[in-house]
Amino acid sequence: MNRGAAITVASCGKTFADGTRALSPLDLDVRAGETLVLLGPSGCGKTTLLRLIAGLEAPDAGGHIRFDGADVTALPIEKRNVGMVFQSYALFPNMSVIDNVAYGLRVRGMAQAARRAQAAGVLEMMRIGALAQRRIDQLSGGQRQRVALARALAVEPRVILLDEPLTALDAALREHLRGEIDALLKRLAITAIYVTHDQAEALALGDRIVVMRNGAIAQVGTPRDVYFRPADDFVADFVGVTNRLTGTLKNGRFETAAGVVPLPQDLVPPAAPSGPGAVRLLFRPEAARLASPADTPLVFEVVQVEFQGARQKVTLKDPAGARILVEAPADGLLVPGAAVGLILDPARISLA
Amino acid sequence: MHSADRLARLFLLPLFLFVAAFFLLPMVRLVGVAGSGPNGLAEYLAILTNPRHLATLLATLALSAAVTAATLAIGTVVALFLARNRFVGRPLLVSLLTLPLAFPGVVVGFMVILLAGRQGLLSSLSMGLGMGRWVFAYSMAGLFAGYVYFSLPRVLVTLMAAVEKLDPALEEAARSLGASRAQVMRDVTLPGIAPALMASGAIAFATAMGAFGTAFTLATRIDVLAMTIYTEFTLNANFATAAALSIALGLITWMVLALTRNFAGSGVAAAG
Ligand SMILES: Nc1ncnc2c1ncn2[C@@H]1O[C@H](COP(=O)(O)OP(=O)(O)O)[C@@H](O)[C@H]1O
Ligand SMILES: [Mg+2]
Repeated sequence: MNRGAAITVASCGKTFADGTRALSPLDLDVRAGETLVLLGPSGCGKTTLLRLIAGLEAPDAGGHIRFDGADVTALPIEKRNVGMVFQSYALFPNMSVIDNVAYGLRVRGMAQAARRAQAAGVLEMMRIGALAQRRIDQLSGGQRQRVALARALAVEPRVILLDEPLTALDAALREHLRGEIDALLKRLAITAIYVTHDQAEALALGDRIVVMRNGAIAQVGTPRDVYFRPADDFVADFVGVTNRLTGTLKNGRFETAAGVVPLPQDLVPPAAPSGPGAVRLLFRPEAARLASPADTPLVFEVVQVEFQGARQKVTLKDPAGARILVEAPADGLLVPGAAVGLILDPARISLA
Repeated sequence: MHSADRLARLFLLPLFLFVAAFFLLPMVRLVGVAGSGPNGLAEYLAILTNPRHLATLLATLALSAAVTAATLAIGTVVALFLARNRFVGRPLLVSLLTLPLAFPGVVVGFMVILLAGRQGLLSSLSMGLGMGRWVFAYSMAGLFAGYVYFSLPRVLVTLMAAVEKLDPALEEAARSLGASRAQVMRDVTLPGIAPALMASGAIAFATAMGAFGTAFTLATRIDVLAMTIYTEFTLNANFATAAALSIALGLITWMVLALTRNFAGSGVAAAG
């Protein structure tokens, strides 16, 4: 298949006719061939941004969309050569599976035999060749999802846009299809923009993740960046469980009630600290390791232990009473009230 | 379980009585009357063997088909426009368009006369423009205008509901695959509202076949089946012919609708 396009979104805002400000003017670069995930809570403007890129909506005056450097802002969707997968799948109920998949080739004027052959090839690639002659209402949810993807890919688009393609499916199927989509997008090396409100989906699929909030971009980064170095509290909380310790910065170390944490050189202190002299240190439950109090300058008291087989979830509190949650291998036996040391992975902490 | 069955059967009784009283008995009576004339059972074929009746039948069929086509065409355009555009005064326009729903056919006939009669709007307009006197109220064209006016609100209500129910993502998906506006219309929109087109087209057609009020007001010089039946019945007291023509009218309308439904059904399945 052809190489994906690089996409540039330049100061694109969107105000709807009824006055709703869905997007504040924002900039975004999507690299050729990458999978970019738009992640954020419902109503934050993910779909609107996707529709601007698709050409289904026009940005407010001043906004521009470029594909491989060429300005496509004025081009309607039918001229942009983008594949789209809708949350409702939007399969044509009056056509069979193969005619759905061949539709994009049909409107391009390809002869029936040729377009059916090409569509059959795409169905084969999605491993649903046996469904070719089915009617849409004879398909399960997972099969519809595959057909929708096949239909979007059949015209070899430069970009594929997916709006919560798995949300309508049950959890087990969702995880399975997520793996399939991930493998497919990597293999095709097509530029993909994937909208979801599910952080697990975003972390698993994205080469990069754009976390959105109230029509603006909160953070752009790799899944690891976003997860371990969230830009702010909103991102930290939206992308998973977060521990917070309050303290001060002194000589490249973070000092808190429970002790001190040495900081790596590359960790940037927050631009605007949350209080005078006070800084917060953020880390995930699995970014900490339990140790003997003698081996680390950071010591907590055990509050509660939840045994989960291979792992255990341990709730700790510091002398000031602040609680944190740590996930650890279930080897050492911990009892509430005992003192326990904590070692934080320097690569997986951030300051706010 | 058994008592529930018995109860259900008990409820069927009123339905049976209703069907018998208002549908079966008059129908049987009609069949009886039609066969009791001087020509006996041959009267049933009068609509096909009597050249005058046959011509009337064909004219009525042609008129009804034209009315159906025109109503569906206008209805589709208006329904699509109204469903996709929001503007000031839209609710008022929608209710104005459905106002004639309650008008009897006779009133519709009067309105056609007011529009295209000898003293009508078009007449004075064309006279004023020096283009002669336009009068078509009392011709097939007048009847055509009246029937379209009569059926349009009914068709429009059905089509608007169907268009509103269409998933907009379907059209967006077609466009994302490169379809032009015309291709989207042909491949997605029209197939999507096909059931509503069939249903409202059937109603428009059947209404035009049997409509009487408008014809009675206008049709002093044109023969349509409903007028012929009326004339045979009241003026000529020719009950057998009137009854046979009625049955033929009913059967032919029913047959045309069944054929169309069949044809459209296989057409939809073969599309794409
Ligand atoms: N056509 C529209 N007209 C008016 N407001 C809209 C329209 N589409 C979306 N919105 C509003 O814009 C905001 C962002 O919507 P959307 O992009 O769909 O969010 P998300 O996909 O992240 O859930 C929401 O407040 C939504 O109500
Ligand atoms: Mg959305």
